[in-house]
Amino acid sequence: MSPARSVPSAILRMLRTDRWALGGVVAIVLLGVVAAAANLLTAIEGQDPFTYHNEALDHATGRPAGTLGGVSGAHWFGVEPLTGRDVFAIVAFGARTSFLIGLAATLVSVVLGVLLGASAGYLGGWYDRAVVWTADVFLGFPYLVFMIALGAVVPASVPRPLLLVVVIGFFGWPSIARIVRSQTLTLKKRNFVSAARALGAGPWHVFRVELLPNLWAPIIIVATLSIPGKIGLEAALSFLGVGMPPPTPSWGRSISGAIDWVRTDPMLLIFPGLALFLATWGFNVFGDGLRDALDPRTEVRR
Amino acid sequence: MTRALRFVGIRLAGMLVVLLIVAFCTYVVFYLVPSDPAQLSCGRPCTPENLTAARQFMGFDEPWWRQFLHFLTGIVTGRTWGSGPTAIHCPAPCFGYSFQQNATVVDLIGQRLPVTFSIAIGAAVIWLVVGISGGVLTALRRGTFFDRFMMIGSVFGVSAPAYLIGLLGILVFGFTLDMVPVGGYVPLTQSPVGWAWHLVLPWLVLAFLHAAVYIRLTRSQMLDVLNEDYIRTARAKGLTERKVIGKHALRNVLLPVATIFGMDLGSLLGGIVITERVFGMPGIGRLIIDAVGQHDLPLLLGTTLFAAFLIVLANAVVDLCYGVLDPRARLT
Repeated sequence: MSPARSVPSAILRMLRTDRWALGGVVAIVLLGVVAAAANLLTAIEGQDPFTYHNEALDHATGRPAGTLGGVSGAHWFGVEPLTGRDVFAIVAFGARTSFLIGLAATLVSVVLGVLLGASAGYLGGWYDRAVVWTADVFLGFPYLVFMIALGAVVPASVPRPLLLVVVIGFFGWPSIARIVRSQTLTLKKRNFVSAARALGAGPWHVFRVELLPNLWAPIIIVATLSIPGKIGLEAALSFLGVGMPPPTPSWGRSISGAIDWVRTDPMLLIFPGLALFLATWGFNVFGDGLRDALDPRTEVRR
Repeated sequence: MTRALRFVGIRLAGMLVVLLIVAFCTYVVFYLVPSDPAQLSCGRPCTPENLTAARQFMGFDEPWWRQFLHFLTGIVTGRTWGSGPTAIHCPAPCFGYSFQQNATVVDLIGQRLPVTFSIAIGAAVIWLVVGISGGVLTALRRGTFFDRFMMIGSVFGVSAPAYLIGLLGILVFGFTLDMVPVGGYVPLTQSPVGWAWHLVLPWLVLAFLHAAVYIRLTRSQMLDVLNEDYIRTARAKGLTERKVIGKHALRNVLLPVATIFGMDLGSLLGGIVITERVFGMPGIGRLIIDAVGQHDLPLLLGTTLFAAFLIVLANAVVDLCYGVLDPRARLT
């Protein structure tokens, strides 16, 4: 058995040794700062994501005036064709949408997955079988098609961000529950858990005091690795027109709008596309690095 | 033999149960949220009488559990709405009727199936070949420039969304280099060359995204297997490296790959919805998006169930293939 490493010290060690993971962290922090300071940054630029700018358009074609989709001092990333809305402001506020929905949905998945996985592993019996079986059914559920359909039937009065968080988060619990359950199964047999139980500790106490501290590492790994999928899912749903409703900026919807302009104004695709790619790539390599750092079995694979 | 039959029987029963649960959940969610399918096909002006009549005709005035029972029995016996000359008949297996398109869900899916299957099968073949061979080669040449290059490339493949790669592909290969068509679909029966030519870009886009996962999986699996004792034994016996890798190692590498492949193949429809949107192809994805735009609930229910069927089917096929790949799995 290797000596247990604390999560923060493992992360620090990883950042010193793993250049890829460091790059991922830089990307996440950069986009996180943009998301958090979207108001400030667009105020510095002097734009917002909603105002139409006819003066920035070429009136004959509806395309942005100037080169590279209208990139200029006034509009850092250029403007949208036909409307003239500022692309930088859209990308910056889009980062806020992506991060909020991606992280909130991950939180929902983690809470559900940890509670169900740990309780199933610890309590065992028919309850365990029921949870495992439900997770299997969930993994066989056509969630993307279902979410698309759900976007169509749920009335507009239900706030979309809430719906996206709940639905994306809800379908994410089985993968987390599986890992937490298998980890709990091995922890359950360890002496410190048996000792706590022998002293009369109830399941909730054992979970909180004995199991949870030992579950943090796998939970953090699997949660981090599930964030890109959730950010991508929000973008995909918005891309298909059943995610964030306009005018709330969303990378996926911007990319969808770029379809008709790929030939004449590719910058409209490049900026939000690059931001989305950077976010998913960042969380992916950060998650990979975390797994290598926290889970000794997968270490030294390159 | 009887054991194998029992295994298949249990699998089929399990499939059926999962499909029933998916159908039930979808039904409950779709019909409990406050939206009225009758309202949409009631016509204008929509008088209260017309609305009631439309509801009655479609059977939406009944309690939801009875509607669900009708749906289930319709799969076996077929269904008829209304009576007399205006009656609408949906022969068994009836998975619903789209009142907006005046066609059964089975017919609508059937019409679009060739497009979607063309995209799916071509892409799957490419990504399996590229993914497995790429994974094996990187594992054997571990640490070389080739290995590093492929690993870095695969991280990009895992992170890039389908529509982004698709649109970039259209931009570069379609518009800038003018090499391939940027959209549309030509039926195989009409022109096999045109069919393949129009599908090249969608195939490559989907294959690129999936191959990345397979390269990583095959590589790490191969590295594990190469450390096993039986590989050392095989080498010590004096077998050629080709035999050691191709026969002894690959067999064990393919097991987890087959599992993931089954899951991917089943859920591929999700990725295809996006690909079809990017390349403007009239497949099942387009059908779903159009159904969303028109609030066509029976069609949405039918396509969701169809998607679930694909997932369950793919998983069952992989389970059966497991028995072929791994003799140990046959015993249980």
